[in-house]
Amino acid sequence: MPSIQEIQHGIVEDFTFLPQWDERYAYLIEIGQKMDPLPDTEKTEDKIVRGCQSTVWLQRECRDGQVYLKADSDSLIVKGLAALLTRILSGQTAEDVLTAELTFFEKTGLDKHLSSQRANGLMAMIEQIKAFAAQCAAGEV
Amino acid sequence: MKFDIKKIRQDFPILGTRVNGKPLTYLDNAATTQKPQNVIDAITQYYTTYNSNIHRGTHHLSNLATEAHEAGRQKVQGYLNAQHDHEIIFTRGTTEAINLVAFSFGEAFVTPGDEVIVTEMDHHSNFVPWQIMCERRQAHFRVVPFDENGDLQLDIYEKLLNERTRIVAFNHVSNSLGTVNPAQQIIKMAHDAGAAVLVDAAQSVQHIEHDVQALDADFYVFSGHKMYGPTGIGVLYGKESWLEAMPPYQGGGEMIDLVTIDKTTYNKLPFKFEAGTPNIVGPIGLAAAINYMDQFPFDEIMAHEDQVLAYGRERLLEVEGLTIYGNARQRTSILAFNIEGVHHYDLGTLLDTQGVAVRTGHHCTQPIMTALGIDGTVRASLALYNTREDIDTLLTALHKVLKMLGR
Repeated sequence: MPSIQEIQHGIVEDFTFLPQWDERYAYLIEIGQKMDPLPDTEKTEDKIVRGCQSTVWLQRECRDGQVYLKADSDSLIVKGLAALLTRILSGQTAEDVLTAELTFFEKTGLDKHLSSQRANGLMAMIEQIKAFAAQCAAGEV
Repeated sequence: MKFDIKKIRQDFPILGTRVNGKPLTYLDNAATTQKPQNVIDAITQYYTTYNSNIHRGTHHLSNLATEAHEAGRQKVQGYLNAQHDHEIIFTRGTTEAINLVAFSFGEAFVTPGDEVIVTEMDHHSNFVPWQIMCERRQAHFRVVPFDENGDLQLDIYEKLLNERTRIVAFNHVSNSLGTVNPAQQIIKMAHDAGAAVLVDAAQSVQHIEHDVQALDADFYVFSGHKMYGPTGIGVLYGKESWLEAMPPYQGGGEMIDLVTIDKTTYNKLPFKFEAGTPNIVGPIGLAAAINYMDQFPFDEIMAHEDQVLAYGRERLLEVEGLTIYGNARQRTSILAFNIEGVHHYDLGTLLDTQGVAVRTGHHCTQPIMTALGIDGTVRASLALYNTREDIDTLLTALHKVLKMLGR
């Protein structure tokens, strides 16, 4: 499995390959659309990430000290962001997730173009994933 | 002066800028309006030539600043047709003005078992302060619902009013639906029941009639930055008799008469409610904004905005699957909508790539969204400088964005 940094590097390369912002958004939306959607039965209240304009469902699992993630959102852009996050973090060890420095948002320039991170919920997703990774590393889940 | 839209747009320097490589189309005026050059100049001139603390200074600059600050109060008095300039209290904005009244009116006049009425279409800032006050004073919080068109249900309002109703607070114009509420009727009904009334004019003072005496409002509040003035300055108009009878909201400098260890007496109006060094430049910028609007006959501003609003509704309804929220009998300035199967956040974010600034979300009116069974809308909101071309740009961008979303 490639490391967190390697995956982020690949994502940044993909984005910088697209010169126009229209294309970058289209790409982000496509990434989201390609991610397996959560079945409606899995979209339960306890998976909702608070603090976003859209609804984000985040499914977390801890197996053998590794964190596995699935996500979905009713916003295609947010779903794209969630897909990037799960691509980077899902399957990594809890320790690595916990200490991960997530730089893709800045390096792709998405931070300058998407409205506040509070609105898109990325920060809230990252906080929840890290909190879960801490529990996973401590053997609490 | 003639209402010349080309000239007007040139008065707002930001309207000539580009966003994401596209000319800016600014349609987020209910959040805040852009500023004309004369407002920017008034602020710059203050800081460049006569910045000074006010009211107690003995030096030249202090006198100049005091005069300009107080001239701002008189300008607001004129704009609202208030009887006295000391009925104009400067605040940080609408929110602080409402909190002030909720606190001070509550302290003076609300006792356990009394009732307070707001509406289901009020902004959180005209909702939550009253809930807090009701909790503190052990009063009952009542809410007037709106119907499927976005009109207040006045028959229910009439039933809610009774001899225990102490105050009614409502927005003259809804920031989420654009409904123009029948303010005079609502106020008269409250007065007949013996209740006072606060009008939240944040979305109305710049768009429709704003004569506090004609309305017979007891309190009337708004923000400078939504009417072409600077941020951080708001207005509470209150009838002298109410303001005299209410205790101060905050203590500190400026608001005192005499301070001793045993007792403090308070300054006269309006200073009783203006503790601490105020936003000195705020009223100076606000006065410039009023001067700007005063150049034009107000009915021409209203006619222009109504025309653009009507055109906006007409064009938006051409879009397949688009629902407009807010079909009240009388409307102004707000175009709120959703498109079936598309999230409002995606629409707003992608419209930004086309240089079109709108707002998305619940617009600080969660009770409205709950009543409509949605979690948010896209809101395009107008100001006097918006044009039919802005609407055309919005529509072109909207079609492009829908394509990006695979629609």
